[in-house]
Amino acid sequence: MDIKYYIFLAVALFVIGIVGVLTRRNAIIIFMCIELMLNATNLLLVAFSKMHYLAGKATNANAGIDGQLFVFFIMVVAAAEVSVGLAIIVMLYRNTHSVDVNFLNRLKH
Amino acid sequence: MDEPANMKNLILLIPLLPFLGFLINGLLRRQLSKGLIGVIGSGTVLASFIISLYAFFNLDAIGGGTAISPSARIVGNPVLHYFDFINVGDLKIPFAFQVDQLSSLFLLIITGVGFLIHLYSTAYMHEEKREHFGRYFAYLNLFVFSMLLLVMGANYVIMFIGWEGVGLCSYLLIGYWFKNIDYTKAAKKAFVMNRIGDLGFLLAIFWIISKVHTTNFTDVFSHLSSFSTKDLIGITLLLFLGATGKSAQIPLYTWLPDAMAGPTPVSALIHAATMVTAGIYMIARSNALYSLAPITLNVVAIIGAATALLAATIALRQNDIKKVLAYSTVSQLGYMFLALGTGAYVAAVFHVMTHAFFKALLFLGSGSVIHAVSGNQDIRTMGGLRKALPVTHTTFLIGCLAIAGIAPLSGFFSKDAILLSAFEHNKVLWVIGLLTAGLTVFYMFRLLFITFNGTFRGTEEQRHHIHESPAAMTIPLIVLAVLSIVGGFVNVPGVFMHGGEKLTAFLSPVIPVNEGAVVSHSTEWMLMGLTTAVALIAIVIAWSRYRKYKEEKETPFARTLENKWYVDELYDAIVVKPLNGLGKGVNTFIERGTIDAMVNGVGRLVNYGSRQLRWLQSGQVGAYVLLMVISMVLLFIVQFFLRK
Repeated sequence: MDIKYYIFLAVALFVIGIVGVLTRRNAIIIFMCIELMLNATNLLLVAFSKMHYLAGKATNANAGIDGQLFVFFIMVVAAAEVSVGLAIIVMLYRNTHSVDVNFLNRLKH
Repeated sequence: MDEPANMKNLILLIPLLPFLGFLINGLLRRQLSKGLIGVIGSGTVLASFIISLYAFFNLDAIGGGTAISPSARIVGNPVLHYFDFINVGDLKIPFAFQVDQLSSLFLLIITGVGFLIHLYSTAYMHEEKREHFGRYFAYLNLFVFSMLLLVMGANYVIMFIGWEGVGLCSYLLIGYWFKNIDYTKAAKKAFVMNRIGDLGFLLAIFWIISKVHTTNFTDVFSHLSSFSTKDLIGITLLLFLGATGKSAQIPLYTWLPDAMAGPTPVSALIHAATMVTAGIYMIARSNALYSLAPITLNVVAIIGAATALLAATIALRQNDIKKVLAYSTVSQLGYMFLALGTGAYVAAVFHVMTHAFFKALLFLGSGSVIHAVSGNQDIRTMGGLRKALPVTHTTFLIGCLAIAGIAPLSGFFSKDAILLSAFEHNKVLWVIGLLTAGLTVFYMFRLLFITFNGTFRGTEEQRHHIHESPAAMTIPLIVLAVLSIVGGFVNVPGVFMHGGEKLTAFLSPVIPVNEGAVVSHSTEWMLMGLTTAVALIAIVIAWSRYRKYKEEKETPFARTLENKWYVDELYDAIVVKPLNGLGKGVNTFIERGTIDAMVNGVGRLVNYGSRQLRWLQSGQVGAYVLLMVISMVLLFIVQFFLRK
């Protein structure tokens, strides 16, 4: 398939993720949106990897492998980040009994 | 030779001593006792008077000439140079004094009459608190200093410094009782009107500088050919404008009656004897310029005569002692300008001298009366003071006779000299002068009779307190009365005594004697007889009408006179209100609408900007993320679309 459809999809997912981070109040939803952004980039990377493979498979059997490798890295990082983030949210809930991000303005001081 | 240097320092002391008196009394007014303040204040002026006397009799010694009597020409240079004041390019304005016959005469008048008034003030102002007493004498000394600078200056700029100084002191002294808002308004009015005249004076100075590049009298008067006729007319008219402001002529005279808000000795000194004569001095000093501008002389004479008549009519209907005397001053000043305008500079200076004597006498006498009736100034509630205040009454009577021009008192000689000159020049002006003389006699004797004759019409309280004034007040009265009687003998016209015109001869180096058309002796006798007849008739009419006081009828014309021909209201309508309106308009549209709007606008802009920038540190993580997103988008745009 033409690469541009993949790009549209990935960009759409990414933008939805950004808008979600900016507008939602619930911290867990915001996390989900962050995951959405990460996965959108994953999708894009895989699509480009396939494109490069199809373009260069005559000369190099491992063309476009970099993209897929990078996706692994991103997944690992996403997992680590989620675990740390959820831990923070749990602590937050314990202290303020809500997961509303609008109450998180202590950085002001 | 030590003589000139000593003389120079001595002359410097004349203005310096009153200035020191000003500093001492002004700075130490809380520390010194009232007696000491009075002694310092009066003593400095007395010392200046003594030095002035010495200078008067030794005029030739100034600048190193040979010793001759004061009536001869000065050999040597009467200009004493002290230091360079302004030195710009080829314009040199030195701080120099010119002590010649004219200035030394004025020096005597200023310091002599000034000393008497200082002495009088020590008693008159006795009830003031110590620091205000000190302030009074400080201002009075500052005034004497400025006036001395004015008459002694050797160039127009030093004269102008003194000119401004006396204007300032006039303001300070009129508004002496500053807690009264009406008095401060009167002071402001005096100063502003003076200032308008000063503009004329300044413009004249600039014009002179542009033509001859100097302001020294000796240089200006010896380079008359550098001025075209137009220049001369312009300069002299502008100088006269300055004189109308300072010497209260039409159109700038309305401040003088209001200036009666000041203490009576101030009215005597400043608004009768000295400051108001500054204009006369200036024109007499510049007689060389004026003699070459006959158009201006005509203007001066007409305005002088008109002012004399106008003020005399207003004085007929005034009920405040001091206001009558104020209008009388304006009227007599008109006479002096009439004299100047007809070329009789000596007659004008003569009248300055005699007027200083009898007007100061009249003012101080009125102060004595006011003191006796516990501060009341309305003559309608006076009367019958003749027996209770003998010295005051006698001296006041002498003053009235002098101003009426009854021979052989001083006023007779000076006033007749003026009327003679007017007759020679323009019969219409002479008629106006004669008419005014009659009115003058009438209102002065009206004042005398209403105040002193008849029965006392005031309150019981006032009647109890009527008392003759202390010696410090009566002695100046007596001295001035004597001067008013004998002061005229310095310039006896030829019809009486051959060679009696000592003043004319004395002033001849400064004011050249006019050998023009002279009237015959018989005409002179006739004129004098006419004036005396008019005066006597006026006295008789006033005597019959006012000997026993009755309420004066309030006809509409009388009311117009009492309201000063509504000139103040006219000025208010055509000058004050438009200026106020202009000020309000500028305030609303330019001050508030533009400048304030801009300044406030900057403030509001900063406010708005800061409110938006506050989001950078709001502590809300969402805002930070938004900022990150926006910056990324911008970077994107810059990188891919604008970096081509």
